[in-house]
Amino acid sequence: MSDEANKGLLSPLRRKLLMGMAAVPALTMLPRGAFAQAPATSAVNTTGLAVTDTEVTVGILHSATGTMAISETGSIEAEKLAIEQINAAGGVLGRKIKFIQEDGASDWPTFAEKAKKLLVNDKVAAIMGCWTSASRKAVLPVVEQYNGMLYYPTFYEGLEQSKNVIYTGQEATQQILAGLNWIAKEKGAKTFFFIGSDYIWPRTSNKIARKHVENVLKGKVVGEEYYPLGNTQFNSVINKIKLTKPDVIFTDVVGGSNVAFYKQLKAAGIDLSKQALLTISVTEDEIDGIGGENIAGAYACMKYFQSLDNPNNKAFVPAFKKMWGEKTVIGDVTQAAYLGPWLWKLTVEKAGSFDVDKIAAASPGVEFKGAPEGYVRIHENHHLWSKTRVGRAKLDGQFELIYETADLVEPDPFPKGYQ
Amino acid sequence: MFGDYSLGDLGSIFVMQGFAGLILFSVYVLMALGLAIIFGQMGVINMAHGEFMILGAYVTWMTSNFFQAYLPSLFSGYFFLAMILAFVASGALGMLVEWALIRHLYKRPLDTLLATWGLSLMLQQAYRSVFGAREVGVELPQWMLGSLQVTDSIEVPINGVFVMCLTVLITVAVAYVLYMSRWGRQVRAVVQNRIMAGAVGINTEKVDRYTFGLGCGIAGVAGSAFTMIGSTGPTSGQLYIVDTFLVVVFGGAASLLGTIASAFSISQTQSTLEFFMSGSMAKVLTLLAVVGILMLRPQGLFALKVRK
Repeated sequence: MSDEANKGLLSPLRRKLLMGMAAVPALTMLPRGAFAQAPATSAVNTTGLAVTDTEVTVGILHSATGTMAISETGSIEAEKLAIEQINAAGGVLGRKIKFIQEDGASDWPTFAEKAKKLLVNDKVAAIMGCWTSASRKAVLPVVEQYNGMLYYPTFYEGLEQSKNVIYTGQEATQQILAGLNWIAKEKGAKTFFFIGSDYIWPRTSNKIARKHVENVLKGKVVGEEYYPLGNTQFNSVINKIKLTKPDVIFTDVVGGSNVAFYKQLKAAGIDLSKQALLTISVTEDEIDGIGGENIAGAYACMKYFQSLDNPNNKAFVPAFKKMWGEKTVIGDVTQAAYLGPWLWKLTVEKAGSFDVDKIAAASPGVEFKGAPEGYVRIHENHHLWSKTRVGRAKLDGQFELIYETADLVEPDPFPKGYQ
Repeated sequence: MFGDYSLGDLGSIFVMQGFAGLILFSVYVLMALGLAIIFGQMGVINMAHGEFMILGAYVTWMTSNFFQAYLPSLFSGYFFLAMILAFVASGALGMLVEWALIRHLYKRPLDTLLATWGLSLMLQQAYRSVFGAREVGVELPQWMLGSLQVTDSIEVPINGVFVMCLTVLITVAVAYVLYMSRWGRQVRAVVQNRIMAGAVGINTEKVDRYTFGLGCGIAGVAGSAFTMIGSTGPTSGQLYIVDTFLVVVFGGAASLLGTIASAFSISQTQSTLEFFMSGSMAKVLTLLAVVGILMLRPQGLFALKVRK
């Protein structure tokens, strides 16, 4: 709403100024600030951020090297696309976005150090970045201390909320509950087998899932297994799955382990067209490595699939492929990363200022109608209202949309009764 | 825990679990063989072992793409050619590395650790620049997917059987080369006494280069085979390096038999424990056992007796 109003204000102003420039050429000798097309820098930036009359600088902070580069590359690409599109559409408050990209190198202290560099030396107006919870936890004290603004794209375990962070991915209850409800209703599922990588996100997610299965769905968890990150041998747990014969295998295995798990599942003769499997950790990006033939038939529950059929997504996917190559795929987190720069732009325009305090205050209620996943809105708790969807993996590595929630799901980072 | 299941069910699960242990055993032997040769025979701590494996995996991926594009009719057999190419590529890179880097460090074994660790970082970044940061999916011919139905309830994964056969084949070949061939005698002579071996006319430099090349080549074949069960990405090699060193050190360097015995005991312990508890706990207990035994027997399970 408010950004519409801002645009309305801007264009007549711009026209007037242009006419003024043409009429009085001598005046161009005066400081440029007086003639900025957009509101004066002194008015929109009272805290010394890197904002000039023509440019505003933001930071991109992801791992371009190291283990996590596999996952974070898509986020970097999406953020650059969003910034380019925003610039092509006139920028933010009449200023072009310039970005400084730093490499977190899959190392959490490096993330913190680079975040500090971006905030203290470069004075960036916002940071689009982080991927793993560990990197976010490392960066969080830095953005809070130096009062920065972080747009964080990954679906994560919740249990966190900060004035200085906007979480553009889903928190655990948003992602998981609707998926479990769906599979319980659709498949009549009563018994669940959980398997995850051994770190905070799968453990928290499975805790939430277990409470939901036991207390709400009145089902039973027949197994809950964790394997170290990077584990490549899953034959034992697959035998346990064969023994317990669960209605649903619920997985949050990540990274290289993911590939090994699905390949071995297939090799062990578990046919995913008959055995229901619900994953919250496999997006189109992961299927690239797993191979469509190894995972076809599995269900994934998250908020975005590349195959979504809506006008926004139909513009987004070709634009992404045009910029980054025909073969690239777009997963849930990549889309969430794309939302970051846009939400920031809309918030800045709503606040009429780049000041972090004003942006943090203006964020709740900001809505983005152009999101590839469909309409999203920022909640008071700085997470997004979004729909949850269930897709079924196909041989070609894409998902077929099976189900989506009728309404936006409210983000609930501190879920009562699930902790 | 077993009260709810019928005897037949349990029986077939135990058979499959035994088989899972054997597969794990083959995987450990296959990944450790190359390192056992390099570490055992030459005393070089090759931290880039995983990256040599992944080179083999990427070669397999490229071969599969090539066959899909140009020779689709022969696709079902591409994997054998891919393994040979993987051996050649990793072996050649290994000999190059030996010539450029390792041979200058024979007198400083700890420095080889740093140098090869640096090499592993360089190789990772090279793969990332050439093949992209994302993992690649290696497509397998249809006959290698799925499982063999032995009885109604016992199924055995085909790729596991494949890895087991390959492991037996390569182990026999390596044992033959090291213990029966003329060249193997030279290798062992160099290990036992480098100066004397040189004095009797063995070209020790050449022996070193081929030994290193052989070790890396076998790593390449292992990487190629592991495309069936694991991931192929710039950093996937890191997934194997810890287990590999564990097997080699526990077995006692310089002993092929030790490597096999160690792979067997670690894999059986791990897969049995995995069945009764969570994967992470199984790993912890396995590592504890290994640490305990190494405290009692620092030289590993089998040690070569050499005059110091």
